Amino acid sequence: MSVHIAPKSLYISIFGALMVLTAVTVAAAFVNLGNLNAPVALAIATLKATLVVLFFMHVKYSSKMIKLVVATSLFFLTILLTETLMDFATRGWVAIPKLMH
Amino acid sequence: MLDTLKLPDHHYLNDGHGLKSWLLTKDHKRIAMMYLISITVMFALGGFFAAGVRLELMTPQGDLFLADTYNKFFTMHGVVMVFFFLIPSTPAVLGNFLIPPMVGAKDLAFPRINLLSLYIFWLGAAFFFYALFSGGVDTGWTFYTPFSSFSSNTNVVPTALGVFISGFSSILTGLNFIVTIHRMRAPGLSWFKLPLFVWAHYATSLIQVLGTPVVAITIIMVFVERAFGFGIFDPVRGGDPVLFQHLFWFYSHPAVYIMIVPALGVMSELISTFTRKTIFGYSFVAFSSLAIAVFGFIVWAHHMFVAGISPYSALVFSFLSFSVAIPSAVKVFNWTATLWKGSISFEPPMLYAYGFMGLFLVGGLTGLFLATLGTDIHLHDTYFVVAHFHYIMVGGAIMGYIGGIHFWWPKMTGRMYSEFGARMSAILVFVGFNLTFFPQFILGYMGMPRRYHAYPDEFQVLNIMSSAGAGVLGIGYILPVIYLTYSLTRGKAAGPNPWGASGLEWQTQSPPVTANFTEPPVVPAEPYEYTPHVAREANLV
Ligand SMILES: [Cu+2]
Repeated sequence: MSVHIAPKSLYISIFGALMVLTAVTVAAAFVNLGNLNAPVALAIATLKATLVVLFFMHVKYSSKMIKLVVATSLFFLTILLTETLMDFATRGWVAIPKLMH
Repeated sequence: MLDTLKLPDHHYLNDGHGLKSWLLTKDHKRIAMMYLISITVMFALGGFFAAGVRLELMTPQGDLFLADTYNKFFTMHGVVMVFFFLIPSTPAVLGNFLIPPMVGAKDLAFPRINLLSLYIFWLGAAFFFYALFSGGVDTGWTFYTPFSSFSSNTNVVPTALGVFISGFSSILTGLNFIVTIHRMRAPGLSWFKLPLFVWAHYATSLIQVLGTPVVAITIIMVFVERAFGFGIFDPVRGGDPVLFQHLFWFYSHPAVYIMIVPALGVMSELISTFTRKTIFGYSFVAFSSLAIAVFGFIVWAHHMFVAGISPYSALVFSFLSFSVAIPSAVKVFNWTATLWKGSISFEPPMLYAYGFMGLFLVGGLTGLFLATLGTDIHLHDTYFVVAHFHYIMVGGAIMGYIGGIHFWWPKMTGRMYSEFGARMSAILVFVGFNLTFFPQFILGYMGMPRRYHAYPDEFQVLNIMSSAGAGVLGIGYILPVIYLTYSLTRGKAAGPNPWGASGLEWQTQSPPVTANFTEPPVVPAEPYEYTPHVAREANLV
């Protein structure tokens, strides 16, 4: 495994980006986006997590094996989310037949 | 010839004496032996609760326990058996002991983390014992919300924390196995020369590492809802109780494979050794373990067909559930094909393997009834489900585990046990098991729901059969504890390879030295190579 030493300035700018995104999260909380409230907050959070994983956790500079491990866990997370949402998204599709008396 | 065998002078069991040399050991074999003792205690405890359940169900009236006490008995039975016995059983004992010698290594990749996993397991068990002695818990081993998060007034939090903590022990064991199998294989031991036991543990480890964190987080969610009033699962506070079931079964269906896949690995070793043949379709069997691990993650909502989930998603989950039957069937068919024209023998470990094949088959096929949407509505939450999963977990996972213990006991301790006792135990377990659980299929089909302490009179005969069978099964499980313990001091020396088996672990002395091998093991050209030369060395011809 090669040890890659990223320049300090990169870490500082990533830190800066995380702080800016935090501010955006707070700001977005004051704007009512209706149904988009949660998706926007989650999108910002995902972006921040990606920065942390790639740079602070060095995944960007790691071996293919490490990248595979990260990709595998994301794949299984996708299964969890997709199949759970498959239930929640289609629950309303059924019109319960009205019991007429 | 065999009588002249002696135990070697130096081995891992006499390499250091006293409690401290065990509690601070980094030797995977000693850690495996401590796991063996720990989970045997837990198995006995879980058996005690099962005995309580079966005693209560001998009569239709709820006359032995109050309903609340009965609820606690079946909950404790489930929690102990699933989280503190079945999940660690084969991986933490047999996998821990055997994976390093099977890959020709001195130890696991992270010996200290291995010891840490044992301590974490003990810590989790301590939380569980605290919950037990301060009144128990009554939610069922599934901890369903909203009952667990705000209705039950029993010790949900300490029990759940115990499960949460012991989950980390499972994750660390899995992580250790993955790294060991990737990085510590002896020179020349390529992936397709690995024993199928190792493949099975690799697949299991993936499930442990990928699935366990989800149940851990879910348990924390129940905890924060219960302790701080967060609205995650409580509809009044904006939550959804069915979300809990999704998250719980995302782990707990794959967890069934954490319990059964290592036993499938044991089976491949037993069948190959006692037919003296290479496993038919080695690579199919190897990949079927991985396929089970992956498919196992996409089918969970078959536990929730009547929980109010969308019928469209139920349709998809039903279809996907059937897909798991394919890799499972690959294994059963390939074992059967291995038996064909093999030089089959009836040594005690192999008796367990025969039992396993039949019981796993019944367990698997009855699973299809439950994966089918229409029949599941009739069978859901009845004794049919109870019978089904006991065929997989007791008839499958425990049979495989005990068969494996009988197979590798000579390697683990250097001594042979009473063959007569072992044969008796295998037969009693098989007969007792079927007598216990087959009637439950009928009871469930007739409509007897699970988790009630009283039932209508017409169910009594079948329930008495079931309870009588549980008695026989109990004797079948107590026998090995007696003759295996007896063999520790009185058993005949086994020699390095009493079964004439082909794995690397049989090339070293029994019991092995702390570093497993005194000289580098010879990696065979093919896995499961049974030639006259091997048989001659094992004094079989
Ligand atoms: Cu399942």
